[in-house]
Amino acid sequence: MPKKYHIDFKPTLPRYTPMGKSGIVDFREGCQRCGQCAKKACVYNVYDKRCFDSGQMTDSIDYLCKNCFRCVQSCKKGLLNKSVNPEYVKMGDEYWTPEIISTNWTQAETGKIPVSGAGYGGPFSGPGFDSMWTDMSEIVRPTRDGIHGREYINTSVDIGKKLAMLKFNEQGALESPLPPLIELPIPIIMGFPPFGHVSEKVRIAMAMAAEKLGTFLLVRAEDYHDSLAPYKKYLVPQVSQESYAQFKDKIAGHRAIEFLYSKGIEGLSKEFKQNFPDIIVFIKVPLDGKEVEITEELACGGAEVIHLHADDHGNEIGKTNPRFIKDMVRRVHLRLVEICLRDQITLVASGGIAMAEHVAKGIICGADAVVMDIALLIALECRLCKNCEKHRPCPVTIDSIEPSWGSQRIMNLMSAWRNQLLEVLGAMGIREVRRIRGEVGRSMFFEELEADVFGSLFGEKI
Amino acid sequence: MAVKNKNGGQTGNGRKLPAVKRTPSRFRNPIGKYKIRRGPQCIACGKCAELCPEGVHVKAGGKMAKPQDFYCLGFSCKNNPFYCIDKCPVNALRLVENPLCETLGDYRWTSDLLISTWYMAETGDVPRADIEYRIGNSNGGFDKLRLNFPDKMPEPEIPDHEISTAIDLNRSNDSRPRVTIQLPFYGGGMSFGSVSISTMVSRAQAATAWDTFGCTGEGGYPEHLIPYDDHMITQVATGLFGVREQTVQRVRIVEFKYAQGAKPGLGGHLLGDKVTPGVAKMREAVVGNALFSPFPFHSVYSVEDHKKHVDWIKEINPQALVSVKVSTPTDVDMVAVGIFYAGAHIIHLDGSYGGTGAAPDIAKKNIAMPIEYAIPKVHRFLKEEGIRDRITLIASGGLRTAHDVAKAIALGADGVVIGTADMVALECVRCHNCESGRGCARGIASTDPRLSELITIEWGAQRISNLYAAWHKQLVQILRNFGMRSIKELVGRTDCLYHLDYQQEKDESKRAAGGGN
Repeated sequence: MPKKYHIDFKPTLPRYTPMGKSGIVDFREGCQRCGQCAKKACVYNVYDKRCFDSGQMTDSIDYLCKNCFRCVQSCKKGLLNKSVNPEYVKMGDEYWTPEIISTNWTQAETGKIPVSGAGYGGPFSGPGFDSMWTDMSEIVRPTRDGIHGREYINTSVDIGKKLAMLKFNEQGALESPLPPLIELPIPIIMGFPPFGHVSEKVRIAMAMAAEKLGTFLLVRAEDYHDSLAPYKKYLVPQVSQESYAQFKDKIAGHRAIEFLYSKGIEGLSKEFKQNFPDIIVFIKVPLDGKEVEITEELACGGAEVIHLHADDHGNEIGKTNPRFIKDMVRRVHLRLVEICLRDQITLVASGGIAMAEHVAKGIICGADAVVMDIALLIALECRLCKNCEKHRPCPVTIDSIEPSWGSQRIMNLMSAWRNQLLEVLGAMGIREVRRIRGEVGRSMFFEELEADVFGSLFGEKI
Repeated sequence: MAVKNKNGGQTGNGRKLPAVKRTPSRFRNPIGKYKIRRGPQCIACGKCAELCPEGVHVKAGGKMAKPQDFYCLGFSCKNNPFYCIDKCPVNALRLVENPLCETLGDYRWTSDLLISTWYMAETGDVPRADIEYRIGNSNGGFDKLRLNFPDKMPEPEIPDHEISTAIDLNRSNDSRPRVTIQLPFYGGGMSFGSVSISTMVSRAQAATAWDTFGCTGEGGYPEHLIPYDDHMITQVATGLFGVREQTVQRVRIVEFKYAQGAKPGLGGHLLGDKVTPGVAKMREAVVGNALFSPFPFHSVYSVEDHKKHVDWIKEINPQALVSVKVSTPTDVDMVAVGIFYAGAHIIHLDGSYGGTGAAPDIAKKNIAMPIEYAIPKVHRFLKEEGIRDRITLIASGGLRTAHDVAKAIALGADGVVIGTADMVALECVRCHNCESGRGCARGIASTDPRLSELITIEWGAQRISNLYAAWHKQLVQILRNFGMRSIKELVGRTDCLYHLDYQQEKDESKRAAGGGN
């Protein structure tokens, strides 16, 4: 039996005090020094561990406090109070919310999946990925117990072109030429984030993680430096028709390359395959309204991998009323099913993959694999302040990380995401991530449930 | 909605209601929605203490004590003749919304819901202050459904004692007892291990007082609960922890837990820290070792296997009713029909947003369907099958208030199961850290000996009983508004509901009022 895939995670502390959601406010006036200070009774001893970082102006208590309110409710004079940390609320944007950022931080630190008690506290549903739920098995469909390792759930996906049929000659020997096919142990490809102080150290951290995880890292041609050469096997350089000429001599040793879509890319891709038949070609197609016809055309022309990309929020590119990645990928997938080419081609989706659940949901909507990009930066403590885009210094000096620290944080995050994927697959009773691709029947969509249940009871939706 | 009480405390069948006894917070500084700040110019004249009927101001000796502002009626008090802020002769008082509320609660359990539930657990009544005690802020499901009261109160008004909130748990017409509970809800399973003995016994006592049920959860049957046998459901869950012949024979209802809404499709997980010597003994496990319940029952892979399970319990306890607790997959309606044909008395649907136990966040948020969809789906399907009248449909998973209970029943459930609301009555703040370290910092969901001392059974039982009293009052008032004499009349009456997102014949003025009902 082949060895089970496992991601080594180990606790890797942040370099800066992470931003906490709320903090204790302490009004010193009026303190009686009663000797029974509520702070001493803290169950989590957060006051003992308290430290103030004057450089960052952060108090560790904002991060350590677990919101039990005991000190607030017990102080003899009622001098302790809690308030929201305005810096926390300001983090990120409406898609990359402070909650998403901080849960990814914790996962990158611990490598563990977030667990909590007392039910769910979030909104009923929401835009984007929040408008769908995944299925579970009950009584007649056995579930799989993957997370604790008692049953093995496979998260591997095949990247490349798959043949519709094999031809054999009269002697029984295989006649069809086999195109290159690479099995990645996780359905998550890493991608260079669209912003950030991506220094050499950051690049190496990401490449090291890709190597250890055994997955691909998509690297823009302009970020491709010689220091990355040792990791070639795991890198997918992204080149345009124009930049290809300069990149030509660096290609040997890679297993895949990505061409950015533009008119005439098929010609280049064909020419490339003649020179490098063993290197898989990804074609990166923007989700901008033309993706279905472009993908269809490329698929009919024999493309191997199509990388569909939305913007950072998972939205359709360049539209005022954008569709969301899950709906766009679903359409492409269904079109490929219709023309009987879906099983021959690989679909990779990127843009707005911010949490573990987005991996499962993206695949259910029709992708073979998804891309983790901005979340890689979050693993390195990014606060999404985007100072880097304004050429201001990074508050967590990402550019100066130790590559081994960075790669461990990324592996921790990946381990947590993979384990959460196992939870979702296990609950569905599915043993192979390949089997949920396009399986919308094992999920529930907000709009459909509303129409089916409430629509039939309460009339038309307003 | 004003809750009237004009009866002498009787339920619909003439049973005496358990007494409400004021049971204040365990903490020195209870949290309220409003804060009153007393400035240094206060001359301690005591006028505010004389005026305030809520007891916010107390004069102790020559000085004014710290305001008990968690009783304050807030800005809605302004037009009252006793509004302390305007009446203070030296303008020493200031009223603000408590800034703490910003850090309290979440979308489902808002700070208003937490504070109002605490108030009900203290007083047995709904808050008089301007606090939203009926809905949360999740922007969907129960929070967008409203009770569609008739414009005019039905005449003549039905007196309280003629309105019954009782439901039957055995509707199958078999030879087993017809178990009736006086409230349309009972307590959900929380195991010893996940919560403390004080919490368990508090819930059991309240359930007994109100002639409903509590549930042992899957961690065995602690002997402290034996006095409440007639009001306990014992759970047979996938780990079979603590299940013995005696525990099954001791009770009137046995519940199979196939799945739970907190983590649909995943097994239970008690973290090592919580496996104290007491817990380990009960579960026949090793101290400090994490305990996993497998998922699913490895003896059940078909409806036939499931029937074998049900038969097994029925054989061991010939008097018991069998409840089957499942979560809400896409085909929840088919699952429900299978449960019926296997001979169960109760289908218990546990929707995805509830639960009290530790669960992966990804499961709580994403796996399985919210209960608001599952109830009407199953109710409709059972009706089409012609078997709806022969089974009891119980719903749970994110029911927080008496209004949620009424809405769930109007959607098609016979009754509901509650869990988190009980915890909130015991002053849970929903910090979500039940699972970490020694467990709950507030002593509710902890087996740590020192932490669980924070709650006495007497206090806990009274708080939960008071909450039930407040809910009972609200349910009676809701039924009266609909002109109904029994909660059973409300089952499946979706015409008694409207949804803010849907067009329906409903006068626009009511809709514009938004939250109002």
